[in-house]
Amino acid sequence: MNMGPQHPSTHGVLRVMLTVDGEWIRAADPDLGYLHRSFEKMAELRTYVNYLPLTDRWDYLDAMGNNLVYAETVEKLMDLEVPPRAHYLRMIVCELNRIASHLVFIGTFGLDVGANTPFMYCFRDRERILDLFEAICGARLTYSYMRIGGVACDAPDGWLEQVRDFCDYLPPKLEELDDLLTGNQIFVVRTRNIGVITPEQAIEWGLSGPMLRGSGVKWDVRKEYPYALYSEVEFDVPVGTRGDAYDRYCVRRREIDESLKIIRQCLDKIPEGDVMAKVPKIIRPKAGEVYHSVETPRGELGLYMVSDGSDKPYRMKIRRPSFVNLSIFPELVRDWKVADVVVILGSIDIVMGEVDG
Amino acid sequence: MDWTYWLFLLLKMVIVLGWALLMVPLLIYMERKVLADFQARIGPNRVGPVGILQPIADGIKLLLKEDLLPAKADKYVHFLAPLVAVVPAFLALSVVPFGPITHKETGTGYFVTHVNVGLLFILGLGSLNVYAITLAGWASNNKYSLMGGIRSSAQMISYELSMGLALIPVLMIAGSLDLVRIVENLGVAKGEGLSRLLLTVPLTISFVIYCICGVAETNRAPFDFPEAESELVAGFHTEYSSMRFALFFLSEYVNMITVCALATTLFLGGWKFPFVPETGPFPLLVFLAKVMIGLYGYMWMRATWPRLRYDRLMKLGWTRLLPIALANIILTGILMIAFQ
Repeated sequence: MNMGPQHPSTHGVLRVMLTVDGEWIRAADPDLGYLHRSFEKMAELRTYVNYLPLTDRWDYLDAMGNNLVYAETVEKLMDLEVPPRAHYLRMIVCELNRIASHLVFIGTFGLDVGANTPFMYCFRDRERILDLFEAICGARLTYSYMRIGGVACDAPDGWLEQVRDFCDYLPPKLEELDDLLTGNQIFVVRTRNIGVITPEQAIEWGLSGPMLRGSGVKWDVRKEYPYALYSEVEFDVPVGTRGDAYDRYCVRRREIDESLKIIRQCLDKIPEGDVMAKVPKIIRPKAGEVYHSVETPRGELGLYMVSDGSDKPYRMKIRRPSFVNLSIFPELVRDWKVADVVVILGSIDIVMGEVDG
Repeated sequence: MDWTYWLFLLLKMVIVLGWALLMVPLLIYMERKVLADFQARIGPNRVGPVGILQPIADGIKLLLKEDLLPAKADKYVHFLAPLVAVVPAFLALSVVPFGPITHKETGTGYFVTHVNVGLLFILGLGSLNVYAITLAGWASNNKYSLMGGIRSSAQMISYELSMGLALIPVLMIAGSLDLVRIVENLGVAKGEGLSRLLLTVPLTISFVIYCICGVAETNRAPFDFPEAESELVAGFHTEYSSMRFALFFLSEYVNMITVCALATTLFLGGWKFPFVPETGPFPLLVFLAKVMIGLYGYMWMRATWPRLRYDRLMKLGWTRLLPIALANIILTGILMIAFQ
């Protein structure tokens, strides 16, 4: 049976060829590439500055995180020091973007199991975040807010207070969501013990992000290899116990709380000052190679960049977490039912723009 | 049996049919507005004042759409399935008592016909719905549709038995299969005082089981497996368009009305309400109000709950509802003997 690329629950243009026996799945064969845009090759043809807007289009639900990994990788290559205010602004927008992305996940996961209302609530709250982004950089989805050496512009007057208001606004709304989904008996029955990943399996398949932490492995790039100023803020890394779809959902749900915590600390600590370091007009990093990774809502987004000293990268390899996380999917859905396929796929939380590169 | 009797009968048929056909757009509008309210949206508000004409616009759109027949689909069965869905749905309404018998000598009243096994008639017609869905799924030559059709038959064997058993306590207490007499007898048969109080217990249990099964019978959330938008695209009616799709849609809503009407008749006292006279338009209004409450419940559930997995319903039906329904019958029997 052919599922996708035009199926309501494949989250984009994923095509899976399922071998079914009645409602039972015997084998699944994903067919990728419907959204391939050769991002790695395009990097070799553009200058370092020119490529930045394209990063927005990898994982379009977490454009800030993509901006960040690209900017920080080039900065690492150039040994560039970024002003602290820029660091804090970057962390605030990244965590806001993480919340927005997880809200989309919760909403669409609700749709996958047949609950329509949480989706509306999530998108209503996500709208507030998009409004904040619009205020700071003028865009609602493809921000290109960060620059190599800092951020495009300082926060407008009153923006930081608006962020603080949002941090107070969200928790009651999240409780509403918990009533509708997290504690809902039908939802728990649909997701408990579905698509279980053991910790060993998770590590073997190279999973990262909530997919890994759902299985109980406490591993977060923000903690293991702190970037930006994540070493200066306190937060927990939520982990699951059973590694099923429900645990992965709960990890993401609790990460929203942690992100709020990080944002509050950043708002307290943010110093005055420049938001942009001194950067030459034409960026020509010295020849060399570097690997840098950040924790996006989907996992470890890594960038391996080789410079030959010219104004364009010689080679750029993107470690796309959605792609790596999706690789375990055929393994997970075997011997489950058709109804579980959408739950398992939903719990992986893929963004096809990133999977297909 | 003079000609006025037949004229009157015909008139009543037209009225009930017209009422059902009018209720459907009203319900669609209500559902969209209620869901919008639950989901912090506005809902339809463009066509007519506060969007009241939206269902009519939808209906016209469906009428004007191309009627598609998938390649290699079974032409005749594909054509027949929506009819199998819609005819029993409307037929079931013919025996629903909207009010009491008004003319003792001819036996006419606020209903189209008076069948002495009305309950069996409705149950029988209700179970025909599954044929329509299975046939539609099979005739569409589409794997998703077929899966929806198969799910529908699996669903029926999960709830049908518990549903039938849940209604038995009502029959035992009322002592009749006649819907009019059930409404009239049930209150009296329960007796007074302690007997009334205790006999309400099994009836309440029956009511809850009936509600669960009723939702399953009409394929509505959280038991909308044959459709299951996020899994089976649109399930059995994926390959239906235009008027044939509209007929499925129509039958779904009419079935909802029937299930609520039956719940009203059997458990909620039908057209009766304290201090409301049983003459003129009052029985109809009371009945309608009770049905509307039930329909609102449908929409509430749809807005609140996710969908179960279809084998969970089977488990629920066979391991929970069925034993409870059986125990309920025994309980009713014991109580009835005790208070004889």
